[in-house]
Amino acid sequence: MLILTSASIKKIYGKIMNLKKALENINIQADWIGLREVKESTTYRIIRDLNPESNNTVLDHGIMVEVLVNGQFGYFATNNMSYDAINQAAKNAYTQALNASKYSLYPFTKSVRPKSVGKYQSPYQKKNIPLDELMETLINSNKVLRGSKKIVSAISMARIVDMEMNFISTNGSEFSQNFMYVGPGFRAIAQDGNIVQSRSYTDQCMQAGMEVFEQERVLSKCETICKDAVELLSADECPTEKMDLVLHSDQMLLQIHESIGHALEVDRILGDERNYAGWSFVNLEDFGKLKYGSDIMNITFDPTIPEEFASYGFDDSGLKATKEFIIKDGVLLRGLGGLESQERSNIDGVANFRACSWNRAPIDRMANLNLEPGDSSFDEIISSVEKGIYMQTNRSWSIDDFRNKFQFGCEYAQLIENGQITKTVKNPNYRAVSTPFWNSLKMVGNQDTFDVYGTPYCGKGEPNQGVRVGHASPTCLFNNIEIFGGA
Amino acid sequence: MDQYFNQLNKFLFSLLTKDEILNNSMWGENSQFIRINNSKIRQTGIVKDLSYSMQLIANKKQVSYSSTITGILDTDQSTLKSILNKLRLDITQVPEDPFIVYPQTTNCSEEKHKGELIPFEDSIKMLMPVMQGTDLTGLWASGLIYTGVANSLGQTHWFETETFSLDYSLITKNQKMVKDCFAGTHWNQKEYENYITSSKKKLNLMEKDAIKIDPGKYKTYIAPAGVSDIIDMFSWGGMSEASLQQKDSALLKMRNENVKLSPCFTLEEDFSSGMVPRFNSQGEIAPENLPLIMKGTLKNTLVSTRTEKEYGIKTNYASEGESLRSPRVGLGNLQEDQILKTINNGVYLSNLHYLNWSDRLGGRITGMTRYACFYVENGDIVAPIENMRFDDTIYNIFGDELNSVTSFEQLIPDVGTYDGRNFGGNYCPGILLNNFSLTL
Repeated sequence: MLILTSASIKKIYGKIMNLKKALENINIQADWIGLREVKESTTYRIIRDLNPESNNTVLDHGIMVEVLVNGQFGYFATNNMSYDAINQAAKNAYTQALNASKYSLYPFTKSVRPKSVGKYQSPYQKKNIPLDELMETLINSNKVLRGSKKIVSAISMARIVDMEMNFISTNGSEFSQNFMYVGPGFRAIAQDGNIVQSRSYTDQCMQAGMEVFEQERVLSKCETICKDAVELLSADECPTEKMDLVLHSDQMLLQIHESIGHALEVDRILGDERNYAGWSFVNLEDFGKLKYGSDIMNITFDPTIPEEFASYGFDDSGLKATKEFIIKDGVLLRGLGGLESQERSNIDGVANFRACSWNRAPIDRMANLNLEPGDSSFDEIISSVEKGIYMQTNRSWSIDDFRNKFQFGCEYAQLIENGQITKTVKNPNYRAVSTPFWNSLKMVGNQDTFDVYGTPYCGKGEPNQGVRVGHASPTCLFNNIEIFGGA
Repeated sequence: MDQYFNQLNKFLFSLLTKDEILNNSMWGENSQFIRINNSKIRQTGIVKDLSYSMQLIANKKQVSYSSTITGILDTDQSTLKSILNKLRLDITQVPEDPFIVYPQTTNCSEEKHKGELIPFEDSIKMLMPVMQGTDLTGLWASGLIYTGVANSLGQTHWFETETFSLDYSLITKNQKMVKDCFAGTHWNQKEYENYITSSKKKLNLMEKDAIKIDPGKYKTYIAPAGVSDIIDMFSWGGMSEASLQQKDSALLKMRNENVKLSPCFTLEEDFSSGMVPRFNSQGEIAPENLPLIMKGTLKNTLVSTRTEKEYGIKTNYASEGESLRSPRVGLGNLQEDQILKTINNGVYLSNLHYLNWSDRLGGRITGMTRYACFYVENGDIVAPIENMRFDDTIYNIFGDELNSVTSFEQLIPDVGTYDGRNFGGNYCPGILLNNFSLTL
């Protein structure tokens, strides 16, 4: 079979942990104890230039024992899941928490670990396909990517993740979540003399099954990638001037992520990340007041879109996940903060207290953060632009530690002149400052332009954690933005 | 844990048929993390992790599998035997790989760097008192990390080290910051307390109100920590020979158009510090010293044996991803006490932040200034500057605009912890640029 299913994980590891018994076996006097077990298998199948580059699986399995003592949480994460080892881990976590409680940043109670019971299951149509069938699709896709003599390198990838998470606590929580994540990735690099350009398709990560690798759909995508990469070789350089900017939803992914998502994570606002990911230009007093964007900007935290990458039933504190408006009609309403941050800040938040795995403590993460569709069709957006540029697919990203000054680059762009797309340009970039940029949002595309994307590589936290995030958005138009080309 | 690694290897190798080769590795850590915000403890805990990887080679094909293991011999033997059987099924269904790197039979090694670390239960009482009264935010990480590689043809390597680091920012009331890192292998309480006290003194410089400078080109000093960030970019579509061959490297101009950097710039891989293993995941030993860019000229790239097989360029036993593992930038003549005077009018940047290629093939990098960055006038620091975005090419930074390189270097420890605590760090001097483009 292609991937490690929960059944095959069980086959390799033998019997699955009985968390209830493990919890009962713990012999410490803490105010609260929680056990979070995570089993995650990640398989990469990669073909580069018609040869196999990787056929690799990583199976990560462990348990975090978390305890609350004197208002301070302490943890011990262990790869040894015997009952005795878990009891010893709890004792060590207790000592950590007790010693740290003399210097606690905030005295928590078990109210930040609510009782939750239930199950979550990712949607999928096909759990498995035969490995040789997948390899055939990847090889054929690679042939299509290399459909021109100007293509000098092409890569086809399947990333398949099967994850099971089980949580139990002394205040009655008992829930499990089963996720299936797939991430197809295709890229072609084209060369003509000293000109090199590339085109890719990597960010449509979602919760789904192996139906994503249906061959006809994959080959059609790869044909476009090849054609675009070759087209860029003869394209003019992106001009340097201020003009209107239309962003495809695959670039809106990054735009939302960097200039809204991270800025609104409440733990950043509270200063937890100041030594690593950074702070935020948003202050606690801005909630309910700050005009973050124009009146047509509506941002939601939405874990309810079934196929979106970071949908789930509960966060890692046990809080049930629900859809909430973060920004409504351009006004900032709510922060991206889990229960710990909500208690520290007195700001309304969401269920986003998440850890990347069993060996990291949860922190505020943005999960699914979406821009709600508006009412403009794609044609209406383009025809409204006198002079502008339409950019697709991120290739470069950077933003300051307060989430203000950003610079993003895309793979592919087309100039818009007098309401019509005229010609393709290469090396497109733009730069701006977050709130002026969002206040320049002039048109929001309708449901027909709305698409769901995600990435598995959102980095944050000390110790570092990379988590999955989802971003869905329509195509959008921004007014009078600084645009520029390559080196 | 090396003995445990050997026991598992011996068990698995005994299960192989004559046509099968196994290349195995193991990685583990026993680490304490204390997350600090405003000199208080935000989160704390211990992570005990252990994983074992197997690469099965047979019939010109290869498949691999890595799994967390428990450290309990019977359980792990049973788990790994199941994985081996799964690999045997998978390998029949994948295509032949013409570039398989077959393991070697020679060059065994063992390095164990025993440190003197604070016991986990004592860390808080030894770390926290000296920082009280200031806003310190950061991460304490400490403990044992280890890795080994072995193959069924008889080769074994082992590396383990005990290290600690307190990576932190000190922060003023007006949100200005100084970054420092106290790291090592042998704890000395007095040295630690002096280090924190010295950081607090640096913070005094940040108390002045920040000034806003206009975008433009500035004479600029970039301190070693900032240079280290730029050097890290060479591991991402830079020094990799495979990246060059696949036309995806920022150094293509150096390879194809014979573009040179400044004669003041030298970069090499230097494993002499012993901070990182010299062996790669195939068990191959890198040369202790590998010149990469010498006085501005590209001399060598990082070439893995897989790349050698694919492109016919001789391997220098780089890692699978052909990234820098122990980089060192060559020193110059600029004395520390001459830096401000030589800037005269310009900016002094202690750290950079969030670097990315803005045009990789053009060698152009964008990023931000961060932490203690100052405007300098007539050779004196005037005030901190508000954060600025930069966007400039390595061909300017280490080429046409490189004025001088400092006569001193700093070890910038790698405190990354994404998949576990990292080994090693970068040795970098500071650099002075005649012009550096600040854009926003």
